[in-house]
Amino acid sequence: MTVETSSKLEILRRIREANHTSSGEEAARNGWRGVPRNYKRARVHPQEVMLDLLVDRLREYDATVIRSDHDRIAHHVALRLEERGKNGLVIPAGIPASWLSVGFEFVRDDGLTFKELDMLGGVLTGSTLAIAETGTIVLQNLPGQGRRAISLIPDYHLCLVCTEDVVETVPEAMRRLQNTATLATTFISGPSATADIEMTRIKGVHGPRTLDVILFA
Amino acid sequence: MSGTALDPKTAPAFPIAARAAMKDSQLQRNVHHATQVIQTKRARVVAEMADWQELREAGEHIRRHTMEHLDFYLQEFEVNCARAGGIVHWATDAEEARQIVVGLVKASGSDEVIKIKSMTTEEIALNQALESEDIHPFETDLAELIIQLGRDQPSHIVVPALHKNRKQIKEIFQREMHLADLGDRPEDLADAARSFLREKFLHVRTGVSGANFLIAETGGVCVVESEGNGRMCLTLPETLITIAGIDKILPRFEDLEVMLQLLPRSATGERMNPYNSVWTGVHAGDGPQTFHVVLLDNGRTGILADWESRQTLHCIRCAACQNACPVYRQTGGHAYGSVYAGPIGAILTPQLQEMHYAQSLPYASSLCGACYEVCPVKINIPEVLIHLRQKVVEQNAAQVSNSFDIEALGMKAMAVTFRNERRFRAAQRMGRAAAKLLPRKDGWITWLPGMLGGWTQMRDLEEMPQETFRDWWQKREKDDR
Repeated sequence: MTVETSSKLEILRRIREANHTSSGEEAARNGWRGVPRNYKRARVHPQEVMLDLLVDRLREYDATVIRSDHDRIAHHVALRLEERGKNGLVIPAGIPASWLSVGFEFVRDDGLTFKELDMLGGVLTGSTLAIAETGTIVLQNLPGQGRRAISLIPDYHLCLVCTEDVVETVPEAMRRLQNTATLATTFISGPSATADIEMTRIKGVHGPRTLDVILFA
Repeated sequence: MSGTALDPKTAPAFPIAARAAMKDSQLQRNVHHATQVIQTKRARVVAEMADWQELREAGEHIRRHTMEHLDFYLQEFEVNCARAGGIVHWATDAEEARQIVVGLVKASGSDEVIKIKSMTTEEIALNQALESEDIHPFETDLAELIIQLGRDQPSHIVVPALHKNRKQIKEIFQREMHLADLGDRPEDLADAARSFLREKFLHVRTGVSGANFLIAETGGVCVVESEGNGRMCLTLPETLITIAGIDKILPRFEDLEVMLQLLPRSATGERMNPYNSVWTGVHAGDGPQTFHVVLLDNGRTGILADWESRQTLHCIRCAACQNACPVYRQTGGHAYGSVYAGPIGAILTPQLQEMHYAQSLPYASSLCGACYEVCPVKINIPEVLIHLRQKVVEQNAAQVSNSFDIEALGMKAMAVTFRNERRFRAAQRMGRAAAKLLPRKDGWITWLPGMLGGWTQMRDLEEMPQETFRDWWQKREKDDR
């Protein structure tokens, strides 16, 4: 519901006066099509080079990246958990059972409280896509990825990315996201960080301080 | 708890404030170091983009197009945000925005709010307004936390505490968080902030944020950040209130493909900052279930009405111009007397004040053009600076009747002198005689009397030569014969 307050009408009046005209849908759509877009909008590298680029970029952000076959995911999840000293992880609904290694406790998020999430040591999620050029992983509120809080409050994030979901450039990513643009969406480029103190990038402030990525075919 | 907000209405003129800042050598070292580091990082990640100029070109056109259709896009945003469960408010000025936000916080039933760094809330001095109603705002961005606990003011758009070094930050945290044993490694300080704020994130029920982009096509909002404090404030509270200038509109979701390439590389010299959040209204079972957006004018439509300077509104607040500016790098941000410092502040602040205050800021530049070169959306800041200088002069001339305007009189007298050779030579002789008294032993003039002092306030003048060029030329012709 929108309300016609006097402040709204006044601001719109000021804008129209400043522009010497009032805009409408057709004029706006036509004008928008006139924006020159001569920047790179498609991939230029072959698949393997692009995947290597993604791995490099993620590592530059201090993420650990493991390449895996689809059949070996559960094995690599177990190795990651052992290395990080974790007994188990939070998982959203929709994680394939074949990803979950035997011998660890996976707690499904059926409305865990923030306090509970804070107590649990980490989270395992899938992803919508990844952008090689910027080392970015995109999460959305979808099965296998879950609500935003679960990949935020726990201190450790193990994220699975399928090589089919990797694009090279930001424009390709936005095109793929267009149909789900209104979902809650988070772009993650490495673990939480800050450079607020003397411009030194320090890993880990409020988000997960450790990010591990399993890139599987 | 907050210090006195930077207010262009009461701040001293830039040359006076700058002189004080120049005496603080610690401040100068901190600002030099930080701006140098960001500039180097930015240059590296911009150089690897073969299509950087094409991205800037697209960025400039998107912003210009948005301003031309701002009334349409704001309404489109409102309709789509409302359809997704958001509630949109409109505020003509800072006072109205403060009233709306204070009212919404009270209605949320909370006397505490957690805040994401937002220059727009600094612009309207929101924290002071909340505190006066007994609502406690907690800044959660590390730099803003340093500012808030130190009762300080932001000096940079992206890194508001860049004027403080680690030792100074340690002292503030030790005192305010009661941590006697705190170390001064950046890791120690970040850890202290994490523990200090974690409990707030988990318990405070109301969040306040700014916005980097409002997406008209979807009604979505985008916030770009590094630490995860933004995600905490956007995700964990029950009520979220976002305050955004009307200039923050983007026509379509797809336009993020340009801005999300330009902004991080320009702002922090990263290929992408750690976290970008995009949300659209209210998401069932995920995040705040009450969501408000306050659209703020506060002088922006006045800037839109000036066709020679409306490009000021294209700014996406990356602060690359601040880092590149030789003036800002000397003085730091506080001298500008506004939350918006540096070149963009020098054009934005006086215009937001409708040119009634901060009139010295358009002069706080050597017009070297470094700001224009690094601007990701190609705002021609030097062009706007000159336009605003003209406005300041016209406005001041209009305030006194012409016959009493000493500067205008002086200019007229000069024109009369320059038009006639005899008068010009006489003036030169007089000038040289008078100027004999002024130079120091090293031959430089650092002080001129009366109105001429405006020149030497900022720069030294070389001693006048013994002989004018005309005299020398004539003598040379005689010697040749």
